[in-house]
Amino acid sequence: MAFSNEQLERYSRHIILKEVGAKGQKKLLNSSVLIIGAGGLGAPAAMYLAAAGIGRIGIADADEVDLSNLQRQIIHATEDLGKAKVQSAKETMNRMNPDVTVDTYRTFVDSENITDLIKDYDFIIDGTDNFPAKFLINDACVMAGKPFSHAGIIRFKGQLMTYVPGQGPCYRCVFKNPPPKDAVPTCKQAGVIGAMGGVIGSLQAMEAIKYLLGVGDLLTGYLLTYDALKMEFRKIKLPKDTSGCAVCGDHPTITELIDYEQAECDMH
Amino acid sequence: MKLTVAGEVKEVQDGITIAELIVQEKVETPEYVTVSVNDEFAKSENFQTQVLQDGDTVEFLYFMGGGQ
Ligand SMILES: [Zn+2]
Repeated sequence: MAFSNEQLERYSRHIILKEVGAKGQKKLLNSSVLIIGAGGLGAPAAMYLAAAGIGRIGIADADEVDLSNLQRQIIHATEDLGKAKVQSAKETMNRMNPDVTVDTYRTFVDSENITDLIKDYDFIIDGTDNFPAKFLINDACVMAGKPFSHAGIIRFKGQLMTYVPGQGPCYRCVFKNPPPKDAVPTCKQAGVIGAMGGVIGSLQAMEAIKYLLGVGDLLTGYLLTYDALKMEFRKIKLPKDTSGCAVCGDHPTITELIDYEQAECDMH
Repeated sequence: MKLTVAGEVKEVQDGITIAELIVQEKVETPEYVTVSVNDEFAKSENFQTQVLQDGDTVEFLYFMGGGQ
């Protein structure tokens, strides 16, 4: 496939980079990323991936755009209120870059649908807001051998890590099991600075792009934390030994996907 | 003795356990924190008894659930 003149111009700032080049840009155009959650993290991730020319982007979310979303979910606008988030996200991405095919899945992920959802994508982005979904995405990606970016944001803090099969710990290696319902603040009552989604969601997009291009060092084996009040990033090395992990270890005890109970405040 | 806790060198009393350090460091939601000592995960059932040594590197890893 040769680039059109329009594409050469659109992607010129990528193509000029020695780590990307025409070859890398073609790779991106032939790649696919699934974003689970079209919210604070998923919105900026989806927009940067669409602008970058990721050929196929899937977006999964069951919600509709609500006024309280617009403080941070920059892929949606005031005129999108009440619209399905995946539809609103698709329209924004299509406007940004007609090269991108956007597949929408108007659903929350569960143990029944997730394996099917992730199977045709090269990389997965966890942009969900609750622990049951985060553990489900982890386990499904480990079982299917899919790389993914995990992230969480709350108040003035955010963190992320990247899982690539065989290259380091998974989310469950670090966090074992979801905390009991409402034990750890997760959602709307805790609050979050809107720009936090921009920082961490953009870093997730960056990890996806690096993985797809095969360049640089990923956050495998590390947890990157960001404290906006202290204006401090820390790249925390994670223990290497994954042998005892219940899902990615040598003798996994979790061999089927689990639907954990949602925290109260995540219910809609 | 000295420990490196979350990237900062700190003077702590000799023989401090992980559980005592958690209190001293005012760790949020201490029941759900993951602790690594010198690049190994500490088992939560050992927090009360596992004594830290001079020069140990300790990290606290926190659940962070938001995203939407
Ligand atoms: Zn694991």
